[in-house]
This record gives sequence, structure tokens and C-alpha cells, in this order.
Amino acid sequence: MTTLTDPPKETFRLSMLIYDTRYRSITIQVVAMIGFMLFAAWLISNTAENLATLGKPIDFGFFSEPAGYDINQMLIEYQNQDTHLRAAFVGLLNTLLVAVLGCVTATVIGVLVGVLRLSPNWLIARIMTVYVEMFRNVPVLLWIVLAMAILIESLPAPSAFRGDEPEATMKLFGSVALTNRGVYVPEPLFSRSLGNMHLFGESGLRFDVSLDLIAFLLVLGLSIFAARKISARANAIQEDTGVRPKTWHINLGVIVLPTLILLVLLGFHLGYPELKGFNFQGGTHLRNSLIALWLALSLYTAAFIAEIVRGGIMAISAGQTEAAGALGLRPRRIMSLVVLPQALRVIIPPLISNYLNLTKNSSLAIAVGYMDITGTLGGITMNQTGRELECVLLLMLVYLCISLTISAVMNWYNNRVKLVER
Amino acid sequence: MSDTHEETIRFVRDSMLPQQEPPATSTGVIGWGRKNLFSTPLNAVVTVLSLALIYYVLSGILPWVFQSVWVADSLAECREIFLERWGSTEGHACWAVINERWLQLLFGFYPSELYWRPILAFILLLVAVAPVLFPWASNKLLVVTAVFPFVMPWLLWGGTIWTPLLVAAGFAFLYFGPKHGSEAVGSLAAVIISVVAALIWWMFIVGPLSGLLSGIVPIGLEPVDSRNFGGFMLSILIGVVAIGCSLPIGVVLALGRQSDLLIVKAICVGFIEFIRGVPLITLLFVASTLLNIFMPPGTNFDIILRVMIMVTLFASAYMAEVIRGGLAALPKGQYEGADSLGLDYWQAQRLVIMPQALKISIPGIVSTFIGVFKDTTLVSIIGLLDPIGLTNSIRADAAWNGIYWELFAFIALLFFIFCFSMSRYSMYLERRLKTDHR
Repeated sequence: MTTLTDPPKETFRLSMLIYDTRYRSITIQVVAMIGFMLFAAWLISNTAENLATLGKPIDFGFFSEPAGYDINQMLIEYQNQDTHLRAAFVGLLNTLLVAVLGCVTATVIGVLVGVLRLSPNWLIARIMTVYVEMFRNVPVLLWIVLAMAILIESLPAPSAFRGDEPEATMKLFGSVALTNRGVYVPEPLFSRSLGNMHLFGESGLRFDVSLDLIAFLLVLGLSIFAARKISARANAIQEDTGVRPKTWHINLGVIVLPTLILLVLLGFHLGYPELKGFNFQGGTHLRNSLIALWLALSLYTAAFIAEIVRGGIMAISAGQTEAAGALGLRPRRIMSLVVLPQALRVIIPPLISNYLNLTKNSSLAIAVGYMDITGTLGGITMNQTGRELECVLLLMLVYLCISLTISAVMNWYNNRVKLVER
Repeated sequence: MSDTHEETIRFVRDSMLPQQEPPATSTGVIGWGRKNLFSTPLNAVVTVLSLALIYYVLSGILPWVFQSVWVADSLAECREIFLERWGSTEGHACWAVINERWLQLLFGFYPSELYWRPILAFILLLVAVAPVLFPWASNKLLVVTAVFPFVMPWLLWGGTIWTPLLVAAGFAFLYFGPKHGSEAVGSLAAVIISVVAALIWWMFIVGPLSGLLSGIVPIGLEPVDSRNFGGFMLSILIGVVAIGCSLPIGVVLALGRQSDLLIVKAICVGFIEFIRGVPLITLLFVASTLLNIFMPPGTNFDIILRVMIMVTLFASAYMAEVIRGGLAALPKGQYEGADSLGLDYWQAQRLVIMPQALKISIPGIVSTFIGVFKDTTLVSIIGLLDPIGLTNSIRADAAWNGIYWELFAFIALLFFIFCFSMSRYSMYLERRLKTDHR
């Protein structure tokens, strides 16, 4: 008769580290960790040794030295005697400027093209297909330099505007000048301005914020908030009584009147560009480099966005539209209540990753001489100071921060609209 | 009853009428036009506007393309001919620049008597990828695929034949080591030993040995310096290397990101997010300025090689995300099914997971390929002479100073052909691999 014996006491053997699945994962991770640390240590020691031989230890002191170069397009005040830090900051703002402008334009064009590609009109759908394929299959750098070449080569020089019978005239009732040195547009001016708010004192990051702009945005925001409240009340009344009070004229007044009054109070007027001497004075000067970059990035990214929008709309099955129609909704409401909410869930994540691509592609500004952060910190500052390691690493860090911020927004949105499944 | 009938119905047809032709307005060109172009008043307006747009664009481009000069020595001469033939210098293309410089745009400053080498390498490339891409290509061609990675650098850079041969021999360690050594020392130890042996072979033995052998038997090609590489040859070279290497690295990274091993996962996530978070241009700055600082003192390797490394890393991170998407899209039942068959991790990946995940991610993979190929133009910013970089050097020539559109049109056309055919191939592949019946 057999007796039940205890299972043999397990003793730990060294080979179990490899062959026992309970321990193997730990072994692999420890090996990976050691390998990674060794690799990192190897890189760092190489770098330290090389930098010692070159005689330039890591030092960010150059940031407080005068930059000594000019930046032609800037959002904030900057002279060539300002520090490298200031120059990098100007560059960062320029990057953000072209990124925001590009994202807005690309979205507008992209949505339009995406919808038109689904148009029942054969011809317009084909034209849009040609546009999308043309822009998607040619490098963005080529589009950027091409846009720059078009602007420089085909627009008239400022001198062409001179004389009694000029070869070129200003567009839009004499307010906008398109020249090969850039585009001059009217600038908003306030004769009773509230002045500026100075941030960050006298440091390299000093920053002027126009109080006029803040006041304008504040009033506009409050008006929109009030208009929303009015609409919400109208909705409530409709729920109760079934009759919706007319609100659009009240809403319009609530939004437009306060802002108009504010603008009059501040003495708002436009400063038009004028030809003085060899060049235009007054107005806002948009350099060709900015316009070329903006145009090329928007058109290029719009082609991708168009495909995303088309895919998103096509992903909503026809049954949804038909069911909504069967419920008695009108086409506009079907679009806004049934199709769009579902399509947006498909569209938004790739859309945001395209915004991210646009922002990263804006670093190609260096090809047309637009001074974004790659042009200042990674371009002239790096070449002048010879601090490649510091400049390139900082540059990467800046882009990484921008990207991670955008990704965080995307994740937040994804979690918000995620389908609640079983 | 019947009497009334006779009175009211005078004629009753007792045979079927033949089917009538549909009205002329709903068939043929007219019908198609009414349906697709003029279905509503708005559509009609849109159609007319589109036709006007097409006319406007074509009336600008077609005369430019076709009323052009193909033979001239300089832009000034082109303009003289324009003036002579059409009476104006505007609106005509001077294709003479392409006629004169197309070889340079394709090959850069590669010695012209050696053009056969990149051409042969390109043909071999087509032969090598054929069995991978198309089912009708014979599997025997896979031999070319295996040999190609060693032949291509030798053809392009030249030098002694012994180096690629000896490097290839190093792979023999990796192949035969685990096969024959596992009985002697156990499978894991055999793998480790053969990897170490191969590394030692490549790092310490190949260099001196090939020097020695080429001293004894000097077979080789005339070496060509990397400085002379340029044009589409450079774009294709960087693109092919980055595409070829990024797929396996991307698979490994994606598996690492999906794995349960915390540290491995953290390393992979960190790498992928870092690379995806920075623009390629900063990585190229690393290649041109920093990579030599990161390496042991004294190493100074070729700029093209450095660029290839960085572009490959860049492509791998994107590839990893695409493949991760494919892995995540697989139903969990596939993983569980593979486990229940008793497959181990690598068998499950190889036989069950990867074939399906890769199939799902084909569109993403191909669009990453296209993106990488287009991004190779960025190397012009760090001073390599890719097609866009070459346009500047052509314009620096006094004869062609001020020529833009013809060069850009030529480059755009070539890129379009490459990228468009890649995207069409991906559609074909998707159709071919579609196994679900929907």
C-alpha cells in the first residue's frame, strides 16, 4: 500500500533562474537593467572623456551672454544685444506661432477637402483626390522651399508700388501689400490704450502682455458665457412648454454689443502699411519665410487631415443615418446629433497626432530662414558658441515638452470620449 | 357582362412588349453627367466652377511644360530662345537644366565611369525585394535577398571584397553556433557563446584579416568616398537601409512595450516616446555633431553611416507604435489560443500573433515607409547632397543661377512616383492578404 508523501521540499538551484518561469522574468529584467546601465555609463564616460579632450565641459553660462544676431520675425521685443536665452525664447514663441497658425489653417482646409472628397459631384471629388495625393506623396521640405521660391520670385518688389502708375497695387482696398519682402497687413492700434503688463521683470524671459487684448478676450468670454446661459434657459423653456423662445437676436446682441463698446472706448483703429522710402512702414510685417512655412505646412498637413476626416465619416455606418432619419430628425440635426459625435471619436486622436507632426515639421523653418527655436537655439546660437551638446539636448527637451503636452491633451480627450463597454 | 367588356375594351395585347431603351437622358455620357455632375443646381454650379479651376490651372501649366527648351547651355541662353520663339521669357520651362544635370540629380558626384555600380545595386535591390513583395516571384531569388545586404555596400563604396565576405562569415557563427553547440553546452549558453564569438569576430578580427587577405589576393572595386554620394541614390540608400532595419527593430520594441517585464517595458516606452517626441532634424543634428562625442575617443565614422543610424532609430520608434497598434487590435482569444496549444512565447509570436498583427498594420507600416523615404530629404539641412541639397549647388553655378521650378518639378515628380507606387502596393497587399469573408 502506498502512502501519501509530502512533495519534495523545493530547494533553490541556480539553474532555476533561467528555466523556472517564476524566476526567469526577474533574471531577464536584471540582465536588461544591467545592460542598459552599462550602455548609459559607456555613453556618459565617452562623452565626458571627449568633452575633456575638446576642453569644453558642460556649461550653460553662454545663455547669459549677448547673442549678437538679429531675428527678423518676432512676437516680443528683441535686440541683438539681448542674451542667447532671450533669442531662444523668441524662437520658441515663433515655433508656437507657426504651429498654431498652421494647425488652424490645416484643420479648416483639411475638413473642407475631406468632406468634398465624399461629394456626389464626381469632378470635385476627383480634384480633391488629386490634391491629397499630390501633397501626401511629395516631401514637405520640397513644398516649403517651393512656397518660398514662389513668394520671392513671383511677387513684386516694394519699388513696384512706387510712382504715379505703379506696376503693383495694394490689395483689399489698399490695406494689404503683397511684396517679395513679405506681406504687410494692417495692425490693430488703440488710441486710448490700457498699456502693457510687464512679466518677469528684466530677465531674459521678460514678456509684455497687452492689457487691451486681455480686456478684449475677457469681455468676449463673458459675453459668450452669457449667451450660453440664455440658450440654456431657452432649452429649459422648450423642455417645459414645447415652445422655444426666439433667442438668436438676443444672443447676437449680447456677444457683439459689449465688445463693440469696449473697442470704441479703447479707441480702436487700424494702422495701414505705407510705402516710405524703399520699404513699407507701419502695419504688421509678415516675413515671406513665415508665410511660406505656414502655407506649406498647412497644405501638406491638410492633405493628411482630409484623409482622416473622410475615414471618420465613412466609419459611421449608413444604418446610423437611416435610423436617425427614421426617428424624424432633419439632415442638419442628423449630422450634428448622430454622425458627428461618433465620427469625432474616430477623427480626433489621429487629428491631434497630425498637429504634433505639424509642430515637429515646423522645425524645417531652418530651410527658409524663419527663426524658430531650431533656427535660433539649434542654429545660430549653436554655431556661434560651439556648444553642440547643450544646445541640441535643450532643443530636444523643448520639443519633447511640447509633444508630451499635446499627447497629454490627447489622452485626456480619449479617456473622456471613450465608449463605456461592458 | 361580356357584352359590356366587348364594348369598353377594344384591344387587348396578348404578348409582352420588348423592353424599351431607357430614356437617352439617363444613359451614356449624358446620363452619367446628369447623375454625377449636374444632379442639383448647387452641384451644377460647383461643376462649372471646378471646370473653370481646371482650365485656369492647366492653361498655366501645360504651355509652361510643353512650350519649353530642352537643349541650352545656360538659363540666359534658354531665355534668348524663349524670346526668339514665343516672344516672352515668362511662362516657359527651361528643361535644359534637367537635360544637362539629370545624372547629377540621380547620382550626386559619384564618378561617372562607375555609374554601373549604383545601377547594378538598384537592380539587385529590385530582385532582392521581389520574393518578399510578390507571390509570383520565385523563392529561389531569396538567395539574392540574403546576399544583398553584403553586396550593396561593397558595390557602392567599393574597396576590397574580403571585408563583406568576412562580415558575412560572422553570421555563420550565429547560424551554426546554436544549431550544433546546444547539445554540448545547453541551448542558452550556445546562443550566448555564438553571439559573443560573432561580436569578437566583427570587432577585432575582420579588419586586420581583410587587410591581410587583400594584401595577398587583391580583389576589389575602386573605393568611392562618401562625400561623392548624393542625389536620389543617397535618398534611396538611406531610405532602404532605414526601412529594412526599422521593421525588425520596431517589432522588438513593440513586443517590449507590450511585455509584462516592467524594466524592459520602461526602457522601450522611454525610447519610443523620446524619439517620437523630437523632430527628425534634431536627431540629424545629433548625427552631424554629437554622435562622435558619444563614441569612444578616436572613432570617426562616416557621416552617411551616422545619418543612417539616426534615421533608422527614428523609423523604428514609429514602426514600433504601428505594430503595437496591430498587436493591440488582435482579440485576446488569439493569445489565449496560442497559450493553450502549449506554444512558448517566441513560438506564439512567430506562428500566431505576428502574422496577424503585421497584416493588420500593413497600411500603417507602408505609410511609415513613405514617411521615412520623404524625410530623407531632411539630410540636405545638415549639408548632405540629396536632391534638394543639389538644387542649391546647381543654382550656385553661374549658368543656372535663378532656376527653381524645373528642378523642383523634376524632384517632386520622382518622389511622387516612388511614394505613390508604394501606397498602391500597400492597397494591393491588403487585398491579397484579406482572409475574412465580408
